[in-house]
Amino acid sequence: MRIQTRTIVITAYLLLLFLPIYWLVNMSFKTNAEITGHLSFWPHHPTLGNYGHIFSDPVWYNGFLHSLSYVFLNTIISVALALPAAYAFSRYRFIGDKHLFFWLLSNLMAPPAVFAMPFFNLYYSVGLFDTVWAVALAHCLFNVPLAVWILEGFISGVPREIDETAALDGYSFPRFFVKIFLPLIANGIGVAAFFCFMFSWVEQLLATTLTTIHAKPIVAVMTQVYSAAGMDWGLLSAVGVLTMIPGAIVIWFVRNHIAKGFALGRV
Amino acid sequence: MMDKPWNNRAWLFVVPVLIIVLFSSLVPMMTVVNYSVQDTMGQNNFFWNGVAWFQGLLDPTTDIGGRFASALVRNLIFSIVILCLELPLGIAVALCIPKQGWKVGATLVLIALPLLIPWTVVGTIWQIFARQDIGLLGAALNAIGIHYNDTQDPTSAWATIVIMDVWHWTGMIALLSYAGLKAIPDAFYQAARIDGASRWSVFRNIELPKLQKVLVIAVLLRFMESFMIYTEPSVVTGGGPGEATSFLSLDLVKIALGQVDLGNAAAMSIVYYLITLTICYVFFTIMTQLDQRKGV
Repeated sequence: MRIQTRTIVITAYLLLLFLPIYWLVNMSFKTNAEITGHLSFWPHHPTLGNYGHIFSDPVWYNGFLHSLSYVFLNTIISVALALPAAYAFSRYRFIGDKHLFFWLLSNLMAPPAVFAMPFFNLYYSVGLFDTVWAVALAHCLFNVPLAVWILEGFISGVPREIDETAALDGYSFPRFFVKIFLPLIANGIGVAAFFCFMFSWVEQLLATTLTTIHAKPIVAVMTQVYSAAGMDWGLLSAVGVLTMIPGAIVIWFVRNHIAKGFALGRV
Repeated sequence: MMDKPWNNRAWLFVVPVLIIVLFSSLVPMMTVVNYSVQDTMGQNNFFWNGVAWFQGLLDPTTDIGGRFASALVRNLIFSIVILCLELPLGIAVALCIPKQGWKVGATLVLIALPLLIPWTVVGTIWQIFARQDIGLLGAALNAIGIHYNDTQDPTSAWATIVIMDVWHWTGMIALLSYAGLKAIPDAFYQAARIDGASRWSVFRNIELPKLQKVLVIAVLLRFMESFMIYTEPSVVTGGGPGEATSFLSLDLVKIALGQVDLGNAAAMSIVYYLITLTICYVFFTIMTQLDQRKGV
């Protein structure tokens, strides 16, 4: 009886979760005439035209490439910078450490809307406006503190004796860090990278504020179908479906660590 | 907590992070502070304006002050409502996640999927889903006789935004709680079985206390995220109908980038930022105290 209740609850939840997504997928295989014509639970005249449009128009597929490039840049920068800092916070006490840690975290909580206007000015004046670098750097605002927080949690789970033993065995610090320490916290690095990917991929306000033409992310290209004469619902749905794919792939890779990752290594 | 050695050279490790975060937070913040104490007649001529912007903003009888106060109240209500819905639901889902086999991985991936959808697309999904003409939800509700129109009727708009947020973020609370539940040793459950404890008392006395720490993280993340919600409502309702779903960030972006009202926008940014900072500090203090208690 117990087992049945559990199964029912989880199945119901997943069904409700997938209803809106199913509707989007349904729409993406319809023509606009069919969408506005009548409601149907599956496409009566399935078409790949919406997808074909996206893959044949450089504005659309470049949007994808721009988004993916700033996400990757940001993930690499965030994790690489956060690693030594997280090690320091986890292993040592130093002047101002607690205040610094809180200040870093406070950036994680800063509303991007507060930064939209000044970021525009800042990146414009340093000549990075409308490049993927601008977005990659802007997303560091919340991703670097997040990566420090996650990695600090995972590093604190590694006993300090390991550091000391390695030092006694004659390992220099850089060699120890790369050869012994990094493999030990590989899961943590994976989880931190996953979160940086996630937050950079889903963020839109800064990404669209900092770009106009050359680095326009896919979410900004999406707004084009709004201004066109009438709504191109089919196209909009097809883009929506495509933007879910990178996320789905990334989750699949970290599925075994995802729960611990969401607890930021703190259970 | 174990005593960490005191070593100020650790600062060297922190410097790269410090530089990049200073570049992306302090430099822009100074621009905002600058704007908040100046006024302009255009052509980049700025002059000192003191605290006038702040006085206007914090006085609910003025135009901008009233707008800010109502957006703040609206946003607080929204945050509290979604927390009240998402926390119990997330915990319930976490308790129902299968215990072993391939189903565990599959369920976790499915639960996490909405979290990885770009926020604009989340908005688009619900914009389409809620429409009366082509959306399943809107059409179904109207078909069974419930008047529902998320672009005209404030109640419908609120309901849509709240349900969308629950749809979007409950998975995160479920995953956090699941991680917390996994960390409970089997021996606890065995002891409870020997004592003949009921399901409820197992939850109340074993699971809930162990979840305390992850739940604080969950509340912190959810509160903050909902307090700065922008993209999803801006796609679905655009802050309307009227001002009904105009939350703080939506209002701020309207003032800053729409009306280019720099002084008001900057003052609002700073007050907004200070409010989040204060709330964040309270949570952070609770969290570090829980950390320390666990260590003892």
